[in-house]
This record gives sequence, C-alpha cells and structure tokens, in this order.
Amino acid sequence: MYDVLIVGAGVIGGTLARELSKYQLSVCVLEKENDVAMGASRANSGIVHGGYDPVPGTLKAQLNSAGVELLFEAAKDLHVPCKRNGSMVCAFSAEEEPLIQELYDQGQENNIPGLKVLSGDEARAIEPNLSAAVTKVLHVTNAGIICPYDLTIAAIGNAMDNGVSLRRNFRVASICREDGVFTVTSAAGEQLQGKYLVNCAGGYSDAVARMAGDDFFTIIPRAGEYMLLDKAEGGRVSHTLFQCPTVEGKGILVSPTVDGNLLVGPTAQVVETPVSKDTTPEGLGIVERLAAKSVPSVNFRQVITSFTGVRASTKGGEFILKASDTVPGLVHAGAIDSPGLTCCVSIAKYLVNILQEQGLALTEKENWNGKRKNFHAFREMDDEQKNAYIQEHPEFGKIVCRCETVTEGEILDAIRSNPAATDIDGVKRRTRSGMGRCQGGFCGPYVMELISKELGIATEDVTKFGGNSRMVMGRIGE
Amino acid sequence: MISHDIVVVGGGPAGMAAAIAAYDAGCQDVVILDREPHLGGILMQCIHNGFGLHKFGKELTGPEYAAIYEEKVRSRNITVFPETMVTSVSPDRVVTAQNRQGIMKIQAKAVILAMGCRERSRGALNICGSRPAGVYSAGTAQKLVNCMGYQVGKRVVILGSGDIGLIMARRMSFEGAKVEAVCEVMPYSGGLTRNIVQCLEDFGIPLYLSTTVVQIHGKERLEGVTIAQVDARRQPIEETKRYIPCDTLLLSVGLIPENELTRAAGIPIDPITNGAIVDECCQTEIPGIFACGNVLQVHDLVDYVSDEAERAGLGAVKYVNGLNKSENTLQTKPGNGVRYVLPQTINSTEEDVSLFLRVTQPFGKVKFTVSAGDTVLAVAKKLKAAPGEMEKITVKAAALQNITGPITVSLEEL
Repeated sequence: MYDVLIVGAGVIGGTLARELSKYQLSVCVLEKENDVAMGASRANSGIVHGGYDPVPGTLKAQLNSAGVELLFEAAKDLHVPCKRNGSMVCAFSAEEEPLIQELYDQGQENNIPGLKVLSGDEARAIEPNLSAAVTKVLHVTNAGIICPYDLTIAAIGNAMDNGVSLRRNFRVASICREDGVFTVTSAAGEQLQGKYLVNCAGGYSDAVARMAGDDFFTIIPRAGEYMLLDKAEGGRVSHTLFQCPTVEGKGILVSPTVDGNLLVGPTAQVVETPVSKDTTPEGLGIVERLAAKSVPSVNFRQVITSFTGVRASTKGGEFILKASDTVPGLVHAGAIDSPGLTCCVSIAKYLVNILQEQGLALTEKENWNGKRKNFHAFREMDDEQKNAYIQEHPEFGKIVCRCETVTEGEILDAIRSNPAATDIDGVKRRTRSGMGRCQGGFCGPYVMELISKELGIATEDVTKFGGNSRMVMGRIGE
Repeated sequence: MISHDIVVVGGGPAGMAAAIAAYDAGCQDVVILDREPHLGGILMQCIHNGFGLHKFGKELTGPEYAAIYEEKVRSRNITVFPETMVTSVSPDRVVTAQNRQGIMKIQAKAVILAMGCRERSRGALNICGSRPAGVYSAGTAQKLVNCMGYQVGKRVVILGSGDIGLIMARRMSFEGAKVEAVCEVMPYSGGLTRNIVQCLEDFGIPLYLSTTVVQIHGKERLEGVTIAQVDARRQPIEETKRYIPCDTLLLSVGLIPENELTRAAGIPIDPITNGAIVDECCQTEIPGIFACGNVLQVHDLVDYVSDEAERAGLGAVKYVNGLNKSENTLQTKPGNGVRYVLPQTINSTEEDVSLFLRVTQPFGKVKFTVSAGDTVLAVAKKLKAAPGEMEKITVKAAALQNITGPITVSLEEL
C-alpha cells in the first residue's frame, strides 16, 4: 500500500514525485511505456517561457511567473542542461506591431522582469541572422531553453534515489476506490494500492479521470511537427525566436537547443488520439516555410531528424489542477500544455498543497538529497580532467557514439542508474548516443549488445522503445 | 606530448595503404590510430567478393583485401593504436586521441586523414510517417548480419540503389528474407552495373526507378511503407502511391565523407565532394595535413582508395622531408557535364597528374577534354559514362608546363 500513486511518468509526474520524495511518504509512479518521458515530455520545444503570454490573473500566469526561477533552480540541482538565452517575439509588419506592445503590457501585469521592446534593427544587432523583414521585437531576457526529457529523467531519478518507486509497462486499465483505498489494475492484471491518486497522465489524463469515476474534461490532442538540424546550424541564432500569431496559427519558432542543435517548429494540428506521432509532408513544409520567415538563412539540408509531439490541450486553455469534486483523494493535473514545462516545478508544489488540503500528512525527511549526480560531467571536462578520469575509469576512454562523442562509461552509467535505461532510445535520451548526424548507424549495434549484456537479456529482446520494437529478429541461419 | 613523423587517422583501406606507402618511401615513424578493435574499417563487414580486381587481378572479399594490407602493416614497424578515437586535429598538426588508457596528444610532422564516410540517415531524407524499429541504413544492417550474426528482418524494402543497398538485397535474400523492392528516386541506379545484375536480376528482385518511399507505417516494429513514383522534380505522384507490407526498411541513399575533424581544423571543404580541397598529393589547404579515401571523395572501388592513399602517403613523406608547396598552384574546374574534378589544385608539374571526376548524369559515348584556355592538355573517350562510376584522366607532365590559367575538364556526347 502506497501513500500516493502517481499515474504518468512525464515531466509533471516526475517533478511531483521529486517534491513528494522530500516527505516521509511511500510514493509510486505508474508508467504505461518502457521508459519515462515518453509522451509530450519527450517531444516539445524545450522552452522556458518568460511568462508574458498567459492572460493575467489565470492559473497559467501565476504558475508561469513563479515557475521560471524554480525551474532553473531545480535544473541546477539535477544537472539538467539549460540556458537563459532569452527569447524574441517578432512582428513582421505595422499591423503586427501593436501586439508586441500588448504582450509587453501583459508581461508587466504578470510581473515578468527584463522585458524590452526593440526595433527590428536593435534586434538584428544582437541576433544578426534575424530576417530583415522583422520590424519590432519583444525581447524576453528571463526566458531560456532546457532539455525536457533530461529534466524528466533527472527528476524521477532523483525521486527514486530518495525512495520513490517507478513501475514501467504498467498501463492503467481500471481504478476503483473502496474504504479510502485506490486499487489500480494494469492491462496485464497487476494491482497496486494507494491512499491518494494523482492523475498526471498527459494526453490520457481525461481517460484516467473517467476510469476513476470523474468525467468532467476532454483532452483535445494537438500535434506539432518539428525538424532538428545538425550542430553545424546550431549557431544560426542565439535567442529563441517566436512569431506574432497570424491567421495561419501561432507561428513557428526557431531556437538553439541546449545541445547546440537548431530546432524549428511546431505546427498545431488537432489529432484524433494522443498517440498520433506521424510527421507529414504538409506539416514539415509549413515548418520549413515559416521558419525561413524568421531566419531566411537556415540551411534545411542540415536536417538530421524530424518528429511530432502531441500537446494535451483542452477547451478554455487553462491547466486543470484540482482535487476531484466527486472522488476523495483523487487529484488531477490535466491539460498541461504550454507553458507546462516552464511551470512543472510550480505545478508540483501546487499539487503538493492540494494533497495536503486533502489530508495528506507531510513530514519532512531528514536525509532528503535534492541534488543528483551530474551524468554529463565527463563531457563537460577538459582533456586533462578526462585523462585523469579515464585512468580510474577506463570505460570512459572507449568512445561508442562518434558523432556525439559518447563513451561506454556514460552508456553504462545510464543503464545502471535511476531510472535505468533499458532500451536503445532510453540510452539515447540519457547520453545522446545515436542522436547525432548518423542517427545511431554506427553505435546502435554496439549499444544493443551493451544493453543485452548489462540487463542479462538476449540481444533479440533488446528494443528501440519497449513493446515489440525489437531491433533484430534472431540469429541468422535459424 | 609525444611526437611522431606521420600520424594516420583511420585504419581502413585508405589509412593502411597510406601508412605502408609512407613507410616504404623511407619514413620509419608512422602511427595509425583507429577507433575499431581491428584494422580494415568497413571492409571487415563486406564479406562479398569483387574487391581487388584492379589492384591484384583477382576477386577478393573485403576481409581478404584488408588482410593483405594488415599483413603489410604488421610486417613493417608501423605502430597501431586500436580502439582509439581521434577527437581533434589542430592546424599545427597536434592530434588528440582517446582510448581506454587515457587521452594522448601527438605532435605530428604530417597528418593523413583517412576517416572514411558515413551513410545518410532517414532524418536527412525527411521521410514522413511514424518512427518504429526496423528502419536501418544498409551498412548498419550489413554489420548486424555479417559481423554480429543477427537476422535483421524477414520482409524487406530497400530505398536507394547504391552499391551497399544492392549488395544487401542479395545478402538479405541469402538469409531467407523476402526483398519486396528496391526503390530508386533517380531515373537511373547509382550502383555498379555488375551489382544490379548479380544482386537484383539474379534474385528476381524488382528495381523501381523514379520511385521513393513517401511514408513509414507501424507503431512499434515497422509494418509497411508507402511508395510512389516521382515526377521530373522528384515530387511524389499521388495516383501512383501504393502500400507494401514489410518489417524492415534499409536505406542506401548516399554516403557522406566524415569530415568533422577536418572542418574543426579549419581545412577548406569542397561543397560538391564534401571532402577537403587537395592538390595532386592529396595535401589539403593546410600544409602537412593530407586526406585520402572516402573522407576525401566517395569512391566506387576500394582499389582506387588504395591508389589515392598511396599518393597521400608519398606526399606526406615529401612534406616531412621538407618539400613545401610551390607558389604557382594551378586550379582545376569542372566544365560541361562534369560534376567535380579532384584534385582541385595542382602544385607540382614535374610528374604526370591523374584527374578524377564524376559526370553529372548518365551519358552514352563521350569525349572528355582537359584544357587550359584554348590549349588542350589531354583527351579521353569512353563508350559510356555514369555518375556511379568515377572517371580518371591522366595529364602528361609535358602538357602542364607553361600553363598558368585554370584547367577545365568537360565532356561532349559523341
């Protein structure tokens, strides 16, 4: 019997687990996939939004303005790559210019520090590749970029280091509450029990709410297509560049990533289910055309991969963060779309307050450690430090992924540490092995054998991302 | 910091041939750094035959071809560092490398870059659809099957009719897989004619020209692909779309020289070859740094890689012995029907110079003319020419004397 069950190991479930791990509680995170951060937390823009955008007075505005600094602080403790690179909202014509002032005023009302309105030329002085067509810019100096899946992995890893449990491949099929206890049954028939249940199920948060007997909102999944470009294009811009919304949509962003690539996207397409992850020629065409509007010099021959993320939106556009009106002990974190990533820590703290209001007793642990080992320490070392480290740890001398210079030591760390990588994509998200320009062509087979050896499973059972996503089909000659 | 006369980056066919040539030309202090545990590079997974016809007059497998060179390396006093990855080369020839013993820095008198190439990936093509397991580059599948002994898939579609794709169509068939189709977006194959005959026609595998994969289907493992014919602008034609069920898609859609070290060293790159700009000794624009093999230009035959690497090895020895570049460098340029010419510069006119080039599209009978202004330096005729087969034209040293302007290679169809 757990004190708290969290459904969904995304960035919200993960940061909530970490917040709850501060207290003397037994907590278990249930995840339907083979790894954490497999939904919206895996594929999004990775932006720390300044907070000028939410309508003043809304929960989104409140949590965004509180969330920015909380997020940067958590990222520091968890050694998650992030950068306060600042963002720019660009107007391309006289008709669009009033919106810049509106967003500025809204930002002032939301108490967002460091907002500036710049002319096109002033903006180009600090962002030289910005289009000559840009006439006015809102410069958001407190905004930044962060790696969203790294944050999720680190938050859950740190929560696990502090005693939280994680159950993967646990697809919630039914939830019932009797005598003050939730019994959650998986599709495979396994059962877990808890006194409180927090629904952090992202695109499926409406379905999980209904399973628990609370039917009051519907997720309208919106797919966004992105293209990721080689590091050769990573220096094209230093700020995250947004466009003023037009009749065509909210615009396409052009942004550096914390790893030094260039990210362009997303489109916004309402889709039938949150699993729809296909990229389309139409979508990628829009991304290319509109990204070139902000930065005409982007070289699209340097695209190394494209992907689709699905936002868990709902009508009205507000986060759903509340205790159930009908089921005691049930708390919802639903419809967490943008700026959900920016707000994740403030959301987690908000949820802890709700749980406390619902009667959850919070007694702080004496030995809680909110700092996580720096899993990127090796790649941040200079040659001399690396040399000394390799003397003690020879496995860090063997480079497995040549494009991203990832060593065997880093991959073994990813497989051996909380939350352990158990598939190829899991290793990729934790170490960047296979994320470079050859997309795992060279290192994939080697990583497959490392996973097989470390986990003691047959190579044929090593998957790309769980389920039946097997890499090979057996031995030749069989 | 340790120092060596010549440091060779990469122990594949290019690196080995360069090291051997340098050693035999009198440089006794040659070091090879290679990231794999064994010498031979990509040859070690090419277990089919067809290597060495030009160089040795017989058909060898990849590992057999590599073994000849490895034996030559071992029988000379050439130092090999296996499982050692070079992480940087500086313009003043300091090579930094990493292995299980640590990080070493070597001051070299000359550096020979021989890192080979990599395959273009799905992402570079931007094929739409889902992202399941079962989509591999042909070379990765080749390694899984030939070196590691795994069955990659049972029902296969191959996109791209480059040589690796063709070879893998046959290899997968040998292992009991059904190869449903080889699709090629261009109206002609980029592979060698002999491979189309021996790997596809002999196995009854259809080759669909002007056809590409437009969508990938499947949630976990690949379930199928949609293919479509393309128009003259290489855009898919809607009415020709059809679905082929398969569990594996192999991509053989081009090779890219692995020039990250080269670029980081500040060495100028030719945008067409994607390799360094070099002179006739394979010397890059940074003196003392040479490049050869597939890192310089993607070759069709390993025999020509070995030849090129030998020139680089000899060039490096000359450099170590103090022979510097002359001031009077001649430029070469592609003319009509020619995509690129290598070397891009000619530094010494004391010896005959071989020019290597590829044509822009398939031609019938052609005449190549090498000229400088109105002066014709060399002429060569061919019964046919195709982008998939590299051409070589030798210009006599005598013809190069007193030439100052750029040298152009062009072709006319006969």
